[in-house]
Amino acid sequence: MSVLVYTESEQGKFKKTAFEVASYAKAVAQQLGTNVTAITINAADASELGNYGVDKVLQVNNAELEKFNANAYASVIEQAAKHENATVVVVSSSADSKYLAPMLAIKLDAGYASNVVEAPSNTAPFTVKRTAFTNKAFNMTSITTDVKIVGVSKNAFGLVESSGSASSEDFSPSVDTSGVTVQSVDKATDKVTIADAEIVVSGGRGLKGPENWRMVEELAEVLGAATACSKPVSDLGWRPHSEHVGQTGKPVASNLYIAIGISGAIQHLAGINASKVKVVINTDPEAPFFKAADYGVVGDAFEVVPTLIEKLKAFKAQNA
Amino acid sequence: MKILVCISHVPDTTSKINFTEGDTKFDTNGVQFVINPNDEFGLTRAMWFKEKQGANVTVVNVGGPETEPTLRKALAIGADAAIRVNTEAKDGVQVAKELANVVSQGGYDLVIAGRESIDYNGGMVPGMLATLANANFVTNCINLEVDGTNATATREIDGGKETVSTSLPLVIGGQKGLVEESDLRIPNMRGIMMARKKPLTILDPINASVETSSVQFEKPAPKGAVTLVDPDNIDELVNLLHNEAKVI
Ligand SMILES: Cc1cc2nc3c(=O)[nH]c(=O)nc-3n(C[C@H](O)[C@H](O)[C@H](O)COP(=O)(O)OP(=O)(O)OC[C@H]3O[C@@H](n4cnc5c(N)ncnc54)[C@H](O)[C@@H]3O)c2cc1C
Repeated sequence: MSVLVYTESEQGKFKKTAFEVASYAKAVAQQLGTNVTAITINAADASELGNYGVDKVLQVNNAELEKFNANAYASVIEQAAKHENATVVVVSSSADSKYLAPMLAIKLDAGYASNVVEAPSNTAPFTVKRTAFTNKAFNMTSITTDVKIVGVSKNAFGLVESSGSASSEDFSPSVDTSGVTVQSVDKATDKVTIADAEIVVSGGRGLKGPENWRMVEELAEVLGAATACSKPVSDLGWRPHSEHVGQTGKPVASNLYIAIGISGAIQHLAGINASKVKVVINTDPEAPFFKAADYGVVGDAFEVVPTLIEKLKAFKAQNA
Repeated sequence: MKILVCISHVPDTTSKINFTEGDTKFDTNGVQFVINPNDEFGLTRAMWFKEKQGANVTVVNVGGPETEPTLRKALAIGADAAIRVNTEAKDGVQVAKELANVVSQGGYDLVIAGRESIDYNGGMVPGMLATLANANFVTNCINLEVDGTNATATREIDGGKETVSTSLPLVIGGQKGLVEESDLRIPNMRGIMMARKKPLTILDPINASVETSSVQFEKPAPKGAVTLVDPDNIDELVNLLHNEAKVI
């Protein structure tokens, strides 16, 4: 019996979510009185995982898995789970993990709960808290199968350091990448993504036109943030669809979300509500966003944002 | 090409979310139900295949009789036939198994589901269904072309997109991008009239078992009031974000 965690890496390096899911797996293992095994695919150095409670690492190194293939990755994790007799498998909420987890659930005959925000409230029956209705509610869900899969919501559990160290083992599962083949990947490597960003700066229709996004980008640069937008902004073609956040766009669960010229429609708020701290800049004091925000400035974005950039630059220079 | 479009019947995005029976059941009182937005993009792409490449489009829902207006709407938009699997949808795997049965009986080449439904947001059914049906699977799908039995799909990834080649039988989890918002169709009178005559078949469930159960719902704790900062005092905002919120 053990808890298995899939710790994702990119170009050999662990993603931050890998440490969060490892921390989560450790909390589950403590409740069950067992150990944590991590499975890594083409990660260079796995020793860091020990700092987040992982006892053992199964390291897969296989050139065929260079490009992501959901079915092949799910099958690797399935083999690792069987090898370890895992009763709980923990995965993240990245696009790739959400892609493979349902396939893994069928392969392992495991019940799967996604978007989980807390450690299990009970282990028998195994019960977790997950978001539902796009963050408008939570649902306590119990998983009734022998093997359970938990998908942890991003930035919900956080990182928990511990003082252990992880032993490593090579693991050579069988690999079949047929079926779906990646032809091309189009990804800006110099920009922080909405999924990984600690801070997201988002613009709405209040910004009047695409030509006014320079200040949004500059604010994002100063903060090391990702840029996002409301739905009409992407529908109008002012910004790419990949920046559309909300109930029908990408979810945001950052530490800080800054909304500029966004009214705060229910569908917008649903998708960004999991962010810890929300700031709104809007000329209309009646805009619904003020009810959802922690901090607000009633003012014209074209004045407030340039000032904010200037003040933040000064702050950064001082605290550098 | 035979296309099956999975339609989830969900509360309209503006719905107030409340619970009854000791917070164990979703309160449907006063709630308007719609086609799950991700599924509507998929359905509209299916109509494109029907019109441009020739395809037969069936829509399916696993649910009680209350979901039939949603299926009729899909028929009014242009689907050829509808199937309702007559059982309450209880969890992802149960729905996926019921759908897998429909797929194996109907011999569909392409199954278009939504990336996730906006009620439970599980994002489970399409991937489970694909694995059960032994079909290829692409989710977060923002573009799909089919040529004979070959398919090319683009999926959104964290920070960009990825184009893959695959083949039928295929299941996709679709979203906006499959078609644009402006391509969505509002059923017209003729569509609504025709939909009344199209077949809506009620299938008996295979009584697939569940693997998870909903214990209780909770609503988020009410939020404190916003702290307003004067536009002439943006230093204060920087100060609050640094010292109070500790996010910069
Ligand atoms: C099924 C469905 C799904 C949807 N899904 C989403 C979704 O996922 N994401 C989403 O965002 N929306 C979604 N919407 C749309 C949503 O209802 C709103 O229409 C949308 O969020 C509004 O975008 P906005 O705030 O940018 O624009 P608006 O509502 O037009 O608001 C613009 C705001 O800018 C302010 N403003 C104007 N000038 C200035 C200025 N100079 N400085 C500062 N502020 C200014 C105005 O006061 C106003 O509050 C969905 C709608 C439906 C029906």
